[in-house]
Amino acid sequence: MNQSAPDPVPVLALKGVSKSFGAVRALQDVSLMLLPGEAHALAGENGAGKSTLIKALAGVHRPDGGEVLLDGEPVVFHGPADARDAGIAVIYQEPTLFPDLSVAENIFMGRQPRRSLGRIDRKAVHDTTAALMRRLGVDLAPDRPARGLSIADQQIVEIAKALSFDARVLIMDEPTAALTGSETSRLFSVVRTLRSEGAAVLFISHRLDEIFALCQRVTTLRDGRWISSEPLEGLTEDDLVRRMVGRDLDDLYPKQDAEVGEVALSVHRLTREGVFRDVSFDVRRGEIVALAGLVGAGRTEVAQAVFGVDRADAGEVKVAGTVLRPGSPTAAMDAGLALVPEDRRQRGLVMDMSIERNIGLTGLGEVRRRGLVSRALEHDRAADWAVRLQLKYSRLADTVGVLSGGNQQKVVLAKWLATGPAVLIVDEPTRGIDVGTKAEVHRLLSSLAADGLAVLMISSDLPEVIGMADRVLVMHEGRLVAEIPRGSATEESVMAAATGRSERAAA
Amino acid sequence: MTTTVESPPDTAKAPERSASSLVDAVFRAREISIAGALALLILGTYLANPRFLSDQGIKDLLLNASILVLLAVGQSAVVVTRNIDLSVGSVVGLSAFACGKFVAGSDHGVLTVMLLGIAIGVVCGLVSGALVSFGKVPALVVTLGMLYIIQGVDYWWAQGEQISASDVPEAVLGLGSGSVLGIPYLPLIALVLLAATAYFMRSYRSGRELYAIGSSPEAARLAGIPIRRRVLAAYAFSGAVAGFAGALWLARFGTVVADNAHGWELTVVSAVVVGGVAITGGTGTVWGAALGALLLTTIGSVLVVLKVDSFWQGAITGALLLLAISVDRIVNLRMTAALRKRNARHDHGA
Repeated sequence: MNQSAPDPVPVLALKGVSKSFGAVRALQDVSLMLLPGEAHALAGENGAGKSTLIKALAGVHRPDGGEVLLDGEPVVFHGPADARDAGIAVIYQEPTLFPDLSVAENIFMGRQPRRSLGRIDRKAVHDTTAALMRRLGVDLAPDRPARGLSIADQQIVEIAKALSFDARVLIMDEPTAALTGSETSRLFSVVRTLRSEGAAVLFISHRLDEIFALCQRVTTLRDGRWISSEPLEGLTEDDLVRRMVGRDLDDLYPKQDAEVGEVALSVHRLTREGVFRDVSFDVRRGEIVALAGLVGAGRTEVAQAVFGVDRADAGEVKVAGTVLRPGSPTAAMDAGLALVPEDRRQRGLVMDMSIERNIGLTGLGEVRRRGLVSRALEHDRAADWAVRLQLKYSRLADTVGVLSGGNQQKVVLAKWLATGPAVLIVDEPTRGIDVGTKAEVHRLLSSLAADGLAVLMISSDLPEVIGMADRVLVMHEGRLVAEIPRGSATEESVMAAATGRSERAAA
Repeated sequence: MTTTVESPPDTAKAPERSASSLVDAVFRAREISIAGALALLILGTYLANPRFLSDQGIKDLLLNASILVLLAVGQSAVVVTRNIDLSVGSVVGLSAFACGKFVAGSDHGVLTVMLLGIAIGVVCGLVSGALVSFGKVPALVVTLGMLYIIQGVDYWWAQGEQISASDVPEAVLGLGSGSVLGIPYLPLIALVLLAATAYFMRSYRSGRELYAIGSSPEAARLAGIPIRRRVLAAYAFSGAVAGFAGALWLARFGTVVADNAHGWELTVVSAVVVGGVAITGGTGTVWGAALGALLLTTIGSVLVVLKVDSFWQGAITGALLLLAISVDRIVNLRMTAALRKRNARHDHGA
């Protein structure tokens, strides 16, 4: 780091901080300094430890090692309230609102202005919220309940919450992911005002242009380790990407060429009111088709409707030419569809069950002997898949909870591949798993496609989308807005379509 | 329409305003529809048997409802946090018996007896609350366990003994039978507690935080709300109210056996849910819960007046409960969809 300039005392800093979750080391010896009046970017790939770092600053996680410094003095935050009282405002990636309460209550929960006898001053709550909304230039009624707000509006509420107390440190975890261009520029002007008033800002974004537009300094993390902290001036986007990735991209995305066969999955004018609308696409055998878009664009919802978890309001899904009975995952499975869901802990696995039983769940019919589930057959089937996917485990009877994220994901994949599907839908297949396993998952998907499987891959990881897909479908606010062939898919072209900037050109 | 200059901001605001008033309307509708059903029920019964609304009839109705209303108020504080307290029936029983033992043949003052009842309730509530909030054991299991434990203690202590009205001092019994301006004390006490709790839950930070916890525990944690302390306090409050209700039970009936208020916990939960407090937490008011309690009590009295077999009461309560939950679910889905569609239109406009 730059030692020559007489730096002012950082408002908030991390010194040699480490944090582990079970066997997963999320942060190792990471340092960071946030200076007053400076916007600091935090760069790193998905799973690099950015969110964990933020939660350490916000008092959600207590570091296992190292210290958090406030105005140069070590502090221990016992909870989010401590960090908040120290003037640290956090805008999380996923808005966490109270759906039953009003927008105004969401903003002021726990610190409502009070009048005599400690009663909440409702009028002040309402008026301050209205003023905040005016300052942000949005039209959101303070009395409206948070239930049913769009992701963008939920994000606005989070931002208003952060602005509502005079934060000395403003931390933003991908706040712009769901915002439109004008909302983003309004947010930036508010951030610049705060910065000119001496607040320190920590900013995370996967859009590098935003980092360069807003920030003065950048810290890069890779696989939970600190890589660099430096001024942004003089850096190029390529420099930043190299620090973030730190390896050859080709190794990570081993895409083989595959022969493209007949249409395996055909989705025609699928609509779910208020969520997505008029979505049509085909996936052919041997193809990997990526479904890209911003958080909240409706990708997961499309996948759920295709698989029949959610019922679509209109449209049809055909697998190998036959129309699927809507709203029935059983019918989808019988037709040869498999869905590896986004949230493996909640939806992909039964965390307290053993590896072999988890893999066996999709094929209980196959491992029956005289009408009862045979544990021996179940074990053999699981062992077979564990070997094929190079699962790292000690015993198949261990609960899946003890495995690392990457190996858990392999169990989910095994569970579904064991059904012998013709079409595999994977939703964020490599979110939160380490780089080594990530490459293995990619190699697996690639070889499955080469063997004639049709793969529909939902991913927010742009390099993954570009590196793995034969075709990229892009969704924006519930609509399919672009189809980009492998040759012309770049981070810029996908992002432009995902943010709705090139809607007309692409359609 | 006449002022075209001002129309753009107006149209932009319109969906927001109607969205919030829609929600307001839904919640008010719940309380109004219960009040309406109650009015119809009373009117119908009155037409069939005018004695139902005699001075004594009204007095009986209010007296019968008071204890259930009290318990519903306490239960609401717990249910809005997405928890439940099934031990209240047993707490009433234990408190009533303990208070009876305490006053039998002595001349303790009314206040002392009430405080004793409340203290017993608070202890029971704190035990349940600590297990739920700090022990992270599901509320259903904890309070079910407490139900049986407290009941067991009560039976063991009573050994079939009964406290009769002649053992209870006049002053205590006076609280149960006396009145001011023709209105019995019990409903007045219930009303005061109801109004105070309603005001607290609406106008104080800690009250609103109970709703926040029930609405989204994760968001509550990130907002720095002391979840465990609040849940513990909700249970202590529910316990205190149940203990108080036990003492009032003694004052009202004089005669106390070990299995007083046996099975009341389910009636209380039904009343709360019928009154619009979502069993999944986050919404509903104590006024609604009190109306629910009043409705269930009235149905019971009506069946007696109309000489219908009392076993129908259970079936009717059950049907109401299912109706209430179904209506909640449908309204909820409709409302989310409506708000979502409004948004979609709103976004396209913007």
